[in-house]
Amino acid sequence: MEQAAKKQLRIKACKARMGIIEAVYSANSGHPGGSLSIADIMTYLYFNEMNVDPKDPRNEDRDRFVLSKGHTAPALYSVLALKGFFPAEELKTLRKPGSMLQGHPSMKMTPGVDMSTGSLGQGISVAVGMALGAKLAEKPFRTYAVLGDGELQEGQVWEAAMFASAKGLDNLCAVVDNNNLQIDGTVAQVNSPYPIGEKFKAFGWNVIEICAHSFDEIEAAFEAAKEFKGKPTVIVAKSIKGKGVSFMEDQVSWHGAAPNEEQYNQAMAELHAALLQLEEA
Amino acid sequence: MADTIKLATREAYGKALVELGEKNEKVVVVDADLAAATKTGMFKKAYPDRFFDAGIAECNMVNVAAGLSTVGFIPFASSFAMFVAGRAFEQVRNTVGYPHLNVKIGATHAGISVGEDGASHQCCEDIALMRTIPGMTIINPCDDVEARAAVFAAAETEGPFYLRFGRLALPRLNAEDYKFEIGKGVQLADGKDVTIIATGLMVNEALIAKDLLASEGISAKVINIHTIKPIDRDIIIEAAKSTGAIVTAEEASIIGGLGSAVTEVVCETVPVPVIRVGVEDKFGGSGPAVEMLKIYGLTAANIVEKAKAAIALKK
Repeated sequence: MEQAAKKQLRIKACKARMGIIEAVYSANSGHPGGSLSIADIMTYLYFNEMNVDPKDPRNEDRDRFVLSKGHTAPALYSVLALKGFFPAEELKTLRKPGSMLQGHPSMKMTPGVDMSTGSLGQGISVAVGMALGAKLAEKPFRTYAVLGDGELQEGQVWEAAMFASAKGLDNLCAVVDNNNLQIDGTVAQVNSPYPIGEKFKAFGWNVIEICAHSFDEIEAAFEAAKEFKGKPTVIVAKSIKGKGVSFMEDQVSWHGAAPNEEQYNQAMAELHAALLQLEEA
Repeated sequence: MADTIKLATREAYGKALVELGEKNEKVVVVDADLAAATKTGMFKKAYPDRFFDAGIAECNMVNVAAGLSTVGFIPFASSFAMFVAGRAFEQVRNTVGYPHLNVKIGATHAGISVGEDGASHQCCEDIALMRTIPGMTIINPCDDVEARAAVFAAAETEGPFYLRFGRLALPRLNAEDYKFEIGKGVQLADGKDVTIIATGLMVNEALIAKDLLASEGISAKVINIHTIKPIDRDIIIEAAKSTGAIVTAEEASIIGGLGSAVTEVVCETVPVPVIRVGVEDKFGGSGPAVEMLKIYGLTAANIVEKAKAAIALKK
């Protein structure tokens, strides 16, 4: 990828973060921390990786995306709005009665959402079913899923992991957002999923470990995943919860809390400044 | 009407899947290491490339089926009722029911008639659980003909289905040209004193009970409710009006099952006495299926007794 293209991705990711803050602030509830930690990966997926068309969101041959960590819906919605699946104004309706943007993703209500999720551990299994369906139908599309690191505590993740490698689903790419924090503390304190890469390796997956905020590493990982045959790939992406908003970074208290007006203003000011800097770079 | 053919509804399910698989290449089957028992093994043998064994992992199995449905397949996901409706309830609720996906759950070994395996495998709660999921169609066939028809109807109708099959061989009650319609109860006998509304293997017991009652001068109407959701309100309301007393009969918990569904309709429209025959807030136990059905009161004799009690409650 050209440097100019990477610059554009960084700009888009910054705008995605602004959308997340806007949405969660408007809703006065939601999950900003884990949304901000996946903003770069989500931006890359929708602007440089997946074959999707906002004008034809149900195209049978599109790549599929499942947000297995469904509570970080604001990141998905913000990127879908940037991509043009619906107007950005909709972000302000998040979690409100009648909104197309439910607290957790609903495939029946939001254009561009491929699967309803929210109950942890389930999305990855659905992604496995989609990838299996693609193989069976001999379709070339790929399936992507983003999971949380805390989510790995759900036993169903490992049921899915075992099945995906047993069926050789190399058209499936999972990403673990390894921000190290969950509601009750650090993932290691609560019930350690570490070592994450080793576990997936033992389950028969191709494992790639990256920094979740480096577009160079993100690009290299997704390219390598596409080339790898015979096994599904998991990208274990070391991330910072709350990335991009100084006072939210690496703070578990921002897992599921909305900013007040002052905090909203500060967050938006920081992101505006970051955007200006990116545009001028 | 009845002849000598006896077949378990799970057997009819397996056969119907094979027949359906030949007609529709979109039909796929997932199972959880029970293909020999659920009878999906027949489909596996006929179409190995369209059969996927999830192993002993029912939650993943249900969601893999959900994923397959989103790419245009018609997945039948099978396990014992206990595991697919019980263990995987939340998967069915959140990832099949909520997005209203075209997944067909083929649950076998429902109810007490599982027999010797005992309480851990005798699911009597599944109807109640599935009834609470918006948009779920629940079909509990009474014989092999109805089971086959239910499989075909489910495949032809968009949306989630819960198909409930049993382990025990049952006498065939329906003719081969039987016309099955989702959501339509079937009146099997007319009567004026009481209505027996039955489902699944209790339909045969209801017919026996009707004859026993007739010998005592009591005229019973018999209705087969194969579709527990959406329930046929019209046929129930008509029965309440015309006979003034109802007995329900099911091989499932009386809490939340057919008995509850009928009671809800009757109480809100034509309040008449309803007495429920079913598993009475108890776990099952080990023993030969037919013996267990007797122990738990799932018999024509118990229906007769409850029919008389319901008539006695009439005002």
